[in-house]
Amino acid sequence: MIAVPAQVRPRGVPRPWGLCAAGFLVLALLVGLGVGAVGIGPGAIVRSALSHLGIGSTPLSSVQEAILWQLRAPRVVLAALVGAMLAVAGASYQGVFRNPLADPYLLGVAAGAGLGATLVIAYGGGSPQLLPPAAFGGAALSVVLTYSLGRSAGRARATGALVLAGVMVATFVTAIQTFIQQQHTDTVVSVFNWLLGGFTTANWTDVAVAAPYIGVSSVALLLHRRVLDVLSVGDDEAASLGVDVGRVRIVIVVAATVGTAAAVAVSGLIAFVGIIVPHTVRLLISTSYRAVLPLSLLAGAGFLALTDVLARTVLSPQELPIGVITAFFGAPFFAFVLARSR
Amino acid sequence: MIELRNVRVTLGKTPVLHGISFSVERGEWLGLLGPNGAGKTTALRALAGLVAYSGAVAVDGHDARELGRRERARRIAVVPQLPERPPELTVAEYVLLGRTPHLGYLAAEGADDRAAAARALNRLELAPFAERPLGSLSGGELQRAVLARALAQEAPILLLDEPTSALDLGRQQQALELVRSLREEGLTIVSAMHDLTLAGQYADRLVLLDRGEVVDEGAAEQVLSAANIARFYGASVRIVRDDDGVFVLPYRG
Repeated sequence: MIAVPAQVRPRGVPRPWGLCAAGFLVLALLVGLGVGAVGIGPGAIVRSALSHLGIGSTPLSSVQEAILWQLRAPRVVLAALVGAMLAVAGASYQGVFRNPLADPYLLGVAAGAGLGATLVIAYGGGSPQLLPPAAFGGAALSVVLTYSLGRSAGRARATGALVLAGVMVATFVTAIQTFIQQQHTDTVVSVFNWLLGGFTTANWTDVAVAAPYIGVSSVALLLHRRVLDVLSVGDDEAASLGVDVGRVRIVIVVAATVGTAAAVAVSGLIAFVGIIVPHTVRLLISTSYRAVLPLSLLAGAGFLALTDVLARTVLSPQELPIGVITAFFGAPFFAFVLARSR
Repeated sequence: MIELRNVRVTLGKTPVLHGISFSVERGEWLGLLGPNGAGKTTALRALAGLVAYSGAVAVDGHDARELGRRERARRIAVVPQLPERPPELTVAEYVLLGRTPHLGYLAAEGADDRAAAARALNRLELAPFAERPLGSLSGGELQRAVLARALAQEAPILLLDEPTSALDLGRQQQALELVRSLREEGLTIVSAMHDLTLAGQYADRLVLLDRGEVVDEGAAEQVLSAANIARFYGASVRIVRDDDGVFVLPYRG
């Protein structure tokens, strides 16, 4: 037998899958822009977009233009940004805690961000610029609490302990948040609407508030995709490969938490995106973070943009909170991941 | 090449190493012996900088603490006794992780790194396994994959913690023969060893630890004595010496 020498090919996103994910995102954006009380075809959307760039002229009436660019576009863009962020943050938490069930929602990060945001709405007049930093404060506090509790309750790697700690922190933080919410009857409706999660009132200001945080945080996380692969061999072996595990963990958790907080600040609490999207990528394509992170970014954006279309069409003309839909698909998916991780 | 001077390690409140000293020459194979809990693994971990210690570890004349993590990892590769085994990572991906100390913090591997990983895979005859997930490997194959990752690191010093503990007799010999051929290609080896006869057969020199102290040091003929083994292992053994080396045979005392 003649041994064939090994070839080690470059690692990353397999090209066909990259194209698939990008195609899915484009499709989701076009559906998001086109579907609604006033249907607009994809051809018209593309021509209208080109006309804004000075190429050709728009086929749409001025009312249609306003619906497309002032109502739907910010909504679709915001959903895509939030979906990308939640998916990438979920994948990163899973890598850094080496726990397949880690998710911004289950770690209590989202609830913490909710508390921060509620404080701003109740005491700070709801200034949109204040929301992300306040949400980050609450989110950071929660993730630190969850991690230290999960660690002291059992081995840091015990899958269950971390999630139980997350549920406990989320419950406690939500109790405080509800108390503050009920104390301020004047703002209770706006807090409640915000908490339900969704993009009903999305506008370009929301996009402008969230985009910088989400952009910086996802770029930082994407840059760590190889380092996350190194962490998969455990703290000790990663350290013997020259990685400063403690510092890397802090950097990744901070980046994921900043991004999550900004996403929660503009969209409320949306569960399970960080579980559904990365695990689908792992099942279909690869468990290496070099594939998981970039593909989760694209697929997460497309996923939440499409979910938002469902949210506004299922009970039309009423809107369904988007978290209802993600939970409807996410909870069974979570059960599946739980069964598989044993 | 390596020198430990008065290295002390305390884990929690328990002192594990009470100031051990020994040195390893370039190209030498040093075997660390001792009963369970003697401190073999901790000594290797101190050498690799994976545990806090007092005293000094020098590598190539540099204080290891001043080398920094990455530089240390470029000089010392570690094969742990029970390596983590991310089940879905492919063997090629896993071996490529060995390039980490040669890469910038956020950099990706280049063609040189992939070539180094391919060399390591070929050296350990793992080419047919390159695209297999780690979870599908047998104990012996996994052992070679871990060794391949350490080789891809291209460090001149290789630390092995009980490299044969999970293997059957034939594979133990194969693994140690492999380490011997690596040593002949220029690596310096320090290995914690469980099997005293095999340790005497393969290592150039032995250091015997007991309760965190070096209690004997030297050639197999000296260290593997019935008195040493009765005293430190609490075992009754017959020592047989012939042209093929020293054999430690346990019997019912």
